[in-house]
Amino acid sequence: MISIKNIKKSFNQVNVLNGINLDVAKGESMVVIGGSGTGKSVLLKVILGLIQPDSGEIFLEDQSLSHIGREQFLARFGMLFQGGALFDSLNVWQNISFRLVRGNGRINAKEAREIAEQKLQRVGLKPDILELFPSELSGGMQKRVGLARAIASNPEIIFFDEPTTGLDPIMAGVINELIREIVVEMGVTAITITHDMASARAIGDKVAMIHNGIVQWTGRITDLEKSNDPYLIQFLKGSSSGPIKLTS
Amino acid sequence: MTTYKAISSVLRPVGRSTLDLFQVIGKIFLFVVETLSHFLRPPYYWKELTSSIFNIGYLSLPVVGLTALFTGGALALQIYSGGARFNAESVVPSIVAIGMVRELGPVLGGLMVAGRVASSIAAELGTMKVTEQIDALKTLSTHPIKYLTIPRVLATTISLPILVAIGDIIGILGGYLVAINRLDFNGSVYLTNTINFLEIGDITSGLIKASVFGFIVAIMGCYHGQNSNGGAQGVGKATINAVVSSSVLILTANYLLTELFF
Repeated sequence: MISIKNIKKSFNQVNVLNGINLDVAKGESMVVIGGSGTGKSVLLKVILGLIQPDSGEIFLEDQSLSHIGREQFLARFGMLFQGGALFDSLNVWQNISFRLVRGNGRINAKEAREIAEQKLQRVGLKPDILELFPSELSGGMQKRVGLARAIASNPEIIFFDEPTTGLDPIMAGVINELIREIVVEMGVTAITITHDMASARAIGDKVAMIHNGIVQWTGRITDLEKSNDPYLIQFLKGSSSGPIKLTS
Repeated sequence: MTTYKAISSVLRPVGRSTLDLFQVIGKIFLFVVETLSHFLRPPYYWKELTSSIFNIGYLSLPVVGLTALFTGGALALQIYSGGARFNAESVVPSIVAIGMVRELGPVLGGLMVAGRVASSIAAELGTMKVTEQIDALKTLSTHPIKYLTIPRVLATTISLPILVAIGDIIGILGGYLVAINRLDFNGSVYLTNTINFLEIGDITSGLIKASVFGFIVAIMGCYHGQNSNGGAQGVGKATINAVVSSSVLILTANYLLTELFF
């Protein structure tokens, strides 16, 4: 469904992405892993169109994104940001229904609030927080509201950026389960960026490891432990000795 | 060779700073062009516009009003003191009026709003940038310029002339109160002199200035906010830059507009 072809990107003459190639099939949950500073988030921003690549192309169902148009592409996906990225000035239901009341085929506020309530319940939160503002929510609740916003418009593709960062292990487990359930239930294609291997194992069907701006290893989640790739082995062990050198 | 190195070490930072300055000017110019191009294209976010008018305009009224009140009073005392040196105390009402309406009202109103609003816009948008809220807007098919910049620019450009008009009246009132209580002026004569002396051109030139200053304040706040980076420190820097650049630009634009209306 999504095909990333030879994406390259550098900042101030430092190559961050050195020719990324990755295919994600329809309905598949792909987890992109890798150490800090390896370009995972840059790759996600390139796919979303937030950063322009120096070269390479991204295809959605065999059509180049440059031909589909950003607006059409954006309408088909949802995104869960690392910190939730909820709008401080809007309450919970306004955050969840943001796209519904503003995008093409917009709906009225009453319907939007009802959909927001359904999505909130889907992520395990009670409707009594609908009128609260993000600053009144805990980190875990913000993440779940962010997840509700990501699924509000029933997207075909969902991106998750470090979904468990900053959460305690129990809340991280809850978020992982929710993501897995939603991905299966909605039949969406998911791309998750994480360096949390517990999260990767819980969410993913397939894994791609990025190192030095290229896809170092890719395979099914069940093949992770069978791999002989020294980079992957070091990453999984969390060892400081191996081919991956610490930069600082 | 040593002389060359010494000259180079002095000139290089100057050259770099000059290039950086031109780069920033270029970026601000492009930001203004992009903002103006979005004015003409829907969608328009009316709810955000009304809430910005309330936050920027209505809530700035106390600070602009108090500034004008005390400035009008001080101006009356200063003009009386200066006028008394050549027996021209009677010019107090007319000079207070023209001083407030043409110059001090718009400039001080603009500077006060720059301090209050440019900083607030830069801090708000800067925080949105570092917490990925601006990226979230983009992914939700909403253009940040349309949703964040246009309502704030419109609100400030519309609100500041209204604030200045109210500030002018309060400033003249400040001068009036000081003149009748401290300088023994006759109240009705003071008001008659004020009204008879002022021309429509004096009022419109002040209001046009205020509108331009409002545009400057919002553009600087939005530009520095949306281009902030580096976490909390970056937001702080963006806030300082927004206030400093809008204040300097207000004073520069004031001179140019005064030349234009002279």
